[in-house]
Amino acid sequence: MIERTPLLNVVTHFILLIGFLLLFLPLWLALMAASHDMTTVSTAPIEWLPGGELWANMHEAWIKSDFGTKFVNSFIVSVCVVLGKIVLSAITAFGIVFFNHRFRMVIFWLIFITLMLPLEVRIVPTYAVAANALSPFQTLLDTTGLTGLFETLSGVRIAMEWNLLNSYTGLILPLVATATGTFLYRQFFLTIPDELVEAAKMDGSGPLRFLWDILIPLSRTNMAALATIMFVYAWNQYLWPLLVITDRANYGVVVVELADLVPDQLTTGGGLPTWHLAMAATLMVMVPPVLVVIFMQRWFIRGLINTDK
Amino acid sequence: MRRAYFKNNWIAALVVAPQLIIVFVFFYWPASQAVYWSFTLEQPWGGGNTWVGLDNFKRVLSDGVYWSSVRVSVIFALASTALAMGMALILALFVDRQLRGYKAYRVGIIWPYAIAAPAVGLAFRFVFNANAGVFSFLNTISPDVWEPSRHGWQALVMVIIAGAWKLVSYNFIFFLAALQSIPRSLTEAAAMDGAGVMRRMRDIQLPLLAPTFFFILVINITDSFTDSFGIVDTLTGGGPARATDLMVYKIYSDGFRGFDYSGAATQSVILMLLVIALTFVQFRYVERKIHYV
Repeated sequence: MIERTPLLNVVTHFILLIGFLLLFLPLWLALMAASHDMTTVSTAPIEWLPGGELWANMHEAWIKSDFGTKFVNSFIVSVCVVLGKIVLSAITAFGIVFFNHRFRMVIFWLIFITLMLPLEVRIVPTYAVAANALSPFQTLLDTTGLTGLFETLSGVRIAMEWNLLNSYTGLILPLVATATGTFLYRQFFLTIPDELVEAAKMDGSGPLRFLWDILIPLSRTNMAALATIMFVYAWNQYLWPLLVITDRANYGVVVVELADLVPDQLTTGGGLPTWHLAMAATLMVMVPPVLVVIFMQRWFIRGLINTDK
Repeated sequence: MRRAYFKNNWIAALVVAPQLIIVFVFFYWPASQAVYWSFTLEQPWGGGNTWVGLDNFKRVLSDGVYWSSVRVSVIFALASTALAMGMALILALFVDRQLRGYKAYRVGIIWPYAIAAPAVGLAFRFVFNANAGVFSFLNTISPDVWEPSRHGWQALVMVIIAGAWKLVSYNFIFFLAALQSIPRSLTEAAAMDGAGVMRRMRDIQLPLLAPTFFFILVINITDSFTDSFGIVDTLTGGGPARATDLMVYKIYSDGFRGFDYSGAATQSVILMLLVIALTFVQFRYVERKIHYV
């Protein structure tokens, strides 16, 4: 809009600058804390200007929390969640949109409802499932009497067990079990014109060929959008890995490591709190998802808006 | 509606099956287990369940500790939602003026979305700590003025600010997208009629934002109830004296620290009902979209 409002423009910049500074302030203070030594950081007043210890602190925090393996684990989990999510959502949405069976709406709603209840709310029973992922089927067999029937027939008692605790599968599978991606893909598939389907069928393409050669290439934008939001989502998971992984040395992820850095009576034993290390570690953990959001901004915004609306 | 379909329904079954199985195992089964546990008394580490009817609900709902957790959660949800929405709305309205450098401001406001909740909690724990945080100078003037680990209300304020900080960017993205979808012809017509920037904000942009506003309101409140575990755990650990013991946090601590599975499941069911009710409100009233065009 072309109009001259010099005073209002100054006010606009001022308001935006204040807003940005308010949001940036905690990060700045954390960065300052990470760049000083322990005694400076743990005495009043708070440090507003940088010190010279940033690299030393980061190095120490990295070693102390054993971030080497944990960053690798975080990357493995995030990438697998992204890939699993994209594949699952694409094929599920494909099965709902391009086939005319009577269950399509039922299936859609079954998946859509999962959006309502995040993991945190149903955490205790979900944890019980992770201890034995086959327990739902076992219970179903037991209660329907099929286990007993099978035992009398064959003499073998069915006892299915698949423990997901302390494994990548346990970290990844429940995070893939949400509806966001399916919803995004369904919306995209609904915009594919009927003519395209007709043309593909006329040229003798089967459904899988159509999916692979036409839909997947067309949905690259969708994929990028979904990948960015899922990467941030998976990287930032906290409660689930906290419970499922007890063998932190091998399977720990970085975000969970933050819980051990809280300087309270337990970790410092009455000594000075190690804020400088805690803040250095916090900053390092933030870096990958922040980079994804900043550099993939366009895809990220699109993904966020399309999945939730 | 689509008219062209593929015929091989067994392929459809095959491609839909994986997600349905995962959703069944990790969603429907646990959710139904929670309901089952809430009506039975579960012995930790096996030992069977005994049917107790509504006893668990009576126990939880007559517990003063539970109600104080509900109270804290409601205060947290309302306060952090109001803070986050207010700030995001103002920022979005001014970024939408698209003055020079607005793209830089946009990035500068979006990035906090990428920060993990426990990292937010830990950073704010440092910023507000009594010995060396931003308010530590108060304690050098007179001791014990700012001590979030002692004063419940200060801890709650801390959690609210951290929660709001985390929500601002999300709300901002949605407000900005909604503002940019307002047809330019509308604002241009208003400008021709002599409406200035502030007048257009008040009389055109704000009313047209109403549907987005209610959508974000419901999402924020739901989010505050369900997704605040990470912040609370690293920021206050529910303390001091349960002053920040939000409902999700209490489910976790009762279930995994207190081994009260039935109690935790009962609280899960209550929280589930609350979230379902909020989602219903969203569908019933918000999806109907308040349009003024």
